[in-house]
Amino acid sequence: MGYVAVKGGNEAIERACLLFAHERTKGSSAPLGVDQIKEQLYLAADRVMGEGSLYAPDLAALAIKQSAGDTFEAAFMLRAFRATQQRLGYSLPSSTEKMRVVRRISSAFKDIPGGQILGATSDYTLRLLDFDLLKDDAARRRAFREQIFSSLPADAEIPETFPKVIRILRREGLLEETLSAAHPEERAFDITRQPLTFPVSRSAKLQALARGETGGMLALAYSSMRGYGDIHPTLGELRIGYLPLTVPHPATGEPYVAGEVKVTEAEVLARMQGSDGMPRFSLGYGICFGQNEIKAISMAILDRCTRTEKPNCPAEDPEFVLYHIDGIEAMGFCNHWKLPHYVDFLSDLDRLRKAQEMARAGKQQERRRC
Amino acid sequence: MLMREWLQKEAQLRNDETPIAGYPFGFMDEGAKKEIRRSILKAVAIPGYQVPYGSREMPIARGWGTGGLQITLSLVKPDDVLKVIDQGCDGSVNAVNIKKFVATVAGVTITTDTRAATLIQTRHRIPEERMSGRQILVLQVPYPEALREVEPSEMETRRMHAEADYSRMWLFLYEDIVKYGEITISYRYPVTVNGRYIMDPSPIPRWDVPKLHMADTLFLFGAGREKRIYAIPPHTTVEPLEFEDHKFRTENFSGKACARCGATDTYLDEVIDNASGERRFFCSDSGYCDKRRLAWNP
Repeated sequence: MGYVAVKGGNEAIERACLLFAHERTKGSSAPLGVDQIKEQLYLAADRVMGEGSLYAPDLAALAIKQSAGDTFEAAFMLRAFRATQQRLGYSLPSSTEKMRVVRRISSAFKDIPGGQILGATSDYTLRLLDFDLLKDDAARRRAFREQIFSSLPADAEIPETFPKVIRILRREGLLEETLSAAHPEERAFDITRQPLTFPVSRSAKLQALARGETGGMLALAYSSMRGYGDIHPTLGELRIGYLPLTVPHPATGEPYVAGEVKVTEAEVLARMQGSDGMPRFSLGYGICFGQNEIKAISMAILDRCTRTEKPNCPAEDPEFVLYHIDGIEAMGFCNHWKLPHYVDFLSDLDRLRKAQEMARAGKQQERRRC
Repeated sequence: MLMREWLQKEAQLRNDETPIAGYPFGFMDEGAKKEIRRSILKAVAIPGYQVPYGSREMPIARGWGTGGLQITLSLVKPDDVLKVIDQGCDGSVNAVNIKKFVATVAGVTITTDTRAATLIQTRHRIPEERMSGRQILVLQVPYPEALREVEPSEMETRRMHAEADYSRMWLFLYEDIVKYGEITISYRYPVTVNGRYIMDPSPIPRWDVPKLHMADTLFLFGAGREKRIYAIPPHTTVEPLEFEDHKFRTENFSGKACARCGATDTYLDEVIDNASGERRFFCSDSGYCDKRRLAWNP
C-alpha cells in the first residue's frame, strides 16, 4: 500500500468533521436547546465565558452545544469569536462594592458587616447521586418551586451594598496598601494586543489569570497550598454578583451603565511580609466571569504567590504560571502532537540510528581492547 | 468507651438493618472500616506517627473533613452521642453538614454538650471543657505533615521522621526568631509527641495545644486528602517546639471577655460589628458559651 493511504486525505478530513457533528445528533433524544444549556448548565457556560474571555451567555451555551460539552473547545470557539470583534473601547474601573451580591462569604471572620450570604452553592450538599432526577419533568419542578418558596418570609431586606472586609482591615493598618496605589499604571496593559513580557505588569498578570483555565490554575494553586510554596491563604472575602459595567459615552465621554456582568471575586489574605519593617497581611486578588469559585480563589492564590520575591517553586514563578495556565494555548499545543510529524520523526530516526551505530562500533572497539 | 465495650457493640451490630437503604451502616463498607480501624490501632501504638491508609471518597469534598469523617464512621455505633464542631461552633457550615450526614447513615444522637458526647469530631478546635477517658476526639487534618513547611517532598519528610532528623525544623524556628523576634507560627503549631515524632496538631490555635498534653482522652487525627491517620493516646506527653529563651506562648486575650457569657478564660472569636470596624468578642466554643449563659440565666 505504501503511501497510498495519504491520498484522499481531504475527503477523509471532511468526513471526520461530519462524523463529529453526527455523533452529537444521532441519538433519539430531543435536540438540546441553547436556552437549556444557558439555564440548566449555567456553571459550564460561566466557566467557558471566563476561559474564553468573552461575556456572552448565549454564545457560551452555543459553543458548549457545538463542542458536545468539551469546555476547552467551547472556550476556544468563544475566544476565536472574540478575536473577530472590533475593540470599541475600554470600560471604566469599577468597584466591586457596588456589586449586586448573590453570594458573599468570609472565612476570616465568623460574622461580618452585612452578614454571611451563602447564596446558591453546592458546597454544603452531600455528593450523593440523586436518582430522583432521572425523572425530571415540569410538574416536579413546579412542586419543588412551590415547596421552597412557600416557606419564605414575604419581604426580607437586602442591603444595597456590602462593605468589603479587606477595607476594614486595611483601615486598621493590618493589610498592605493597594498595589495600584503603590505602583500606579498609567493605562492597563492589554494582553490581547501585546504579548506578555517579564517582569510582567500587574494589570497584564491579572488579565492573564482572569482568562486562565480553571483546572490548570487549580493544579498550580493547589501545589502551592499543599506544600510546594509558602503561602497559607485565608479567604478574606469571596463574593459573587452582578457588577455594573460603566463605559464612557462614545460621543460625550460621560460615564453610563451599559449593563452588568456576573463575576466571582476572591480576596485572600496571606501571612505577613515584613519587608518594610512593619509586618502586615498581604493580599491576593482573583476575579473572573460568572460563578467559578475555584478559579477565583486559585487566581487570588496565584496572584499572591507570583509576588514572592525569591521564587522557590513553580507556583511562585510568574513566568511558569502565566505561560502555562492559558487553556486555549495549552490545549492547542497538546493537540498539535496529533498533526503529522513524519519529516521531523524521520530526522530523529536518522540521528538515533547513527547513534546506535556509534554505540555498536564503540562496543566492538572495547571488546577488541580487552 | 473501653475497647471491650466497643467490641461487644460491634458484635451486636446488625448490618441488615441500616438507617439508610442501599448503604451499609456508617456508609462505608466493612473492608474500609476494618482498614481504618487497623490504621487507628497502629497510630495509637506509635504516637505521633502518620499511618498511611487507603482513604475512601466520601460524599463531601476533600478538604472538608473527609479524614475525620472516615475515622468517625469507622468507630460510630448506633447508641453513640455525637458532637461535631467547626471552628468551635456546633452550628457552623462544616459541622452542620457532617452531623447531618453521620446522623443519616449511622442513626446517632446529636448533642452540642461536650460532656454528653461520646464521640466528638472537630475542625480546628479542642473543646474548652476537659474531656474524659471515655470520650474520643476526632480532629480533621488538612496538612498531616508538620515538616511540610521546611520540605515539600513526602519521600524526604518520611526519611526525616524515620531518622528523627528535625534539624531543619529547629532551624526554621530559629530563623523566624532572627527575622521577626518571635516564632510566627500562629495555628498548626508543631509539637513533639511522646518525645519522638514531631507532629502537626491540625490547625488548632496555640491556645488548644496544651490540652493535648497528658490528656485523659484519645485524640485521633484524620487527613483524608493526604491519606494519613495519626493519634495521641491518653496520658502522652505533647510538647510544643520551643527554645529555653523563646518559650511557646498561646494567644493573648487579656482584658477581653465574651460579649455573650462574660467568659475571660476561653478562646475568643473576633467579630466585626459594623462597617466602621468596631469589634466584639465571643466564645469560639459555642456549646460551652450556651452552657454558661444557661447557668446564670436559666
